[in-house]
Amino acid sequence: MTPATMAMGGITEMEIGLAHYLTVGAILLVLGIFGIFVNRKNVIVILMSVELILLSVNLNFVAFSAWLDDLTGQVFAMFVLTVAAAEAAIGLAIVVIYFRNRGSIEVEDISTLKG
Amino acid sequence: MIAALAFYFFAAILIASATMVVTARNPVHSVLFLILAFFNAAALFLIAGAELLAMILVIVYVGAVAVLFLFVVMMLDIDFARLREGFQRYAPIGAVIGGILFLELVLVLGTWSFADQADDLRLSPNPGGGLTNAEAIGRIIYTDYVYLFQAAGLVLLVAMIGAIVLTHRERPGTRRQNIGAQVARSGSISLETVPVGAGVKELGIRRPPEPEAEAPKVAHDAGHHGHGGHH
Repeated sequence: MTPATMAMGGITEMEIGLAHYLTVGAILLVLGIFGIFVNRKNVIVILMSVELILLSVNLNFVAFSAWLDDLTGQVFAMFVLTVAAAEAAIGLAIVVIYFRNRGSIEVEDISTLKG
Repeated sequence: MIAALAFYFFAAILIASATMVVTARNPVHSVLFLILAFFNAAALFLIAGAELLAMILVIVYVGAVAVLFLFVVMMLDIDFARLREGFQRYAPIGAVIGGILFLELVLVLGTWSFADQADDLRLSPNPGGGLTNAEAIGRIIYTDYVYLFQAAGLVLLVAMIGAIVLTHRERPGTRRQNIGAQVARSGSISLETVPVGAGVKELGIRRPPEPEAEAPKVAHDAGHHGHGGHH
């Protein structure tokens, strides 16, 4: 059951193929975007939704990497992980100082910059 | 067979916990479900054969990012009930947009296929030959991708410095280390010889001299040093 034999449409019954992984990734991405829309006021949950979206991206990278037998996808997924960790740290730092200054984290109040 | 069952099991828990992340009433529960989602995603990575990435996911995401979220959620005193006010109002819009996006992704997935020469286009094919996943990735990440690897480290460094600079605040009334004053200090209080065997009872608690008392202290000779605490 090498990944290469399963690559192109050779999916037998009860065998996990690339499509399964892509479906899970798609559902995860949609859930993340749904979370951004639903929790419009809570910036912490929005950051968590962004983490879910990046996780789905990583899932796709890993799935393609495994099924093409190419390690570049996993290396790229590692860089995505790095950037996601940095983004979470900076985002949460901004949330903390925003809360310190304003006493709330409602996203709709965040218009001070007039961007 | 076992792999397929495991995949469905982990994928189901992953999707369920992701749903709970975005719909949970309490953000602390959201973070805990996020940790569960990361664990299950790591299991899916393992099934796909990406062992190194699965371990990195557990260490970096669960060990660092999710705990950071947990800290922030519990540290800030936020009225979470008020933050959920728009939930009912925005749920239909989010569902519609999410549904459209999912439909588009399914359409893309249904009509897509690998290119014929996909095998030749691979940048760094898996070397095989009994190499573990971590070993194979290590061989390319320190050779072909070494500059990107360093850049990733730089990104983390900048993020760390940025987070510290952003959240650091000067509190009035706290005493901080003043390195300039320490370095520029005169030698008058640097080193003292005390009688061997004498305890605190005889010598008194030794304190640094007050700033105004510093000038006469210099004039005294070494013989007086034993009673520096009685100024």
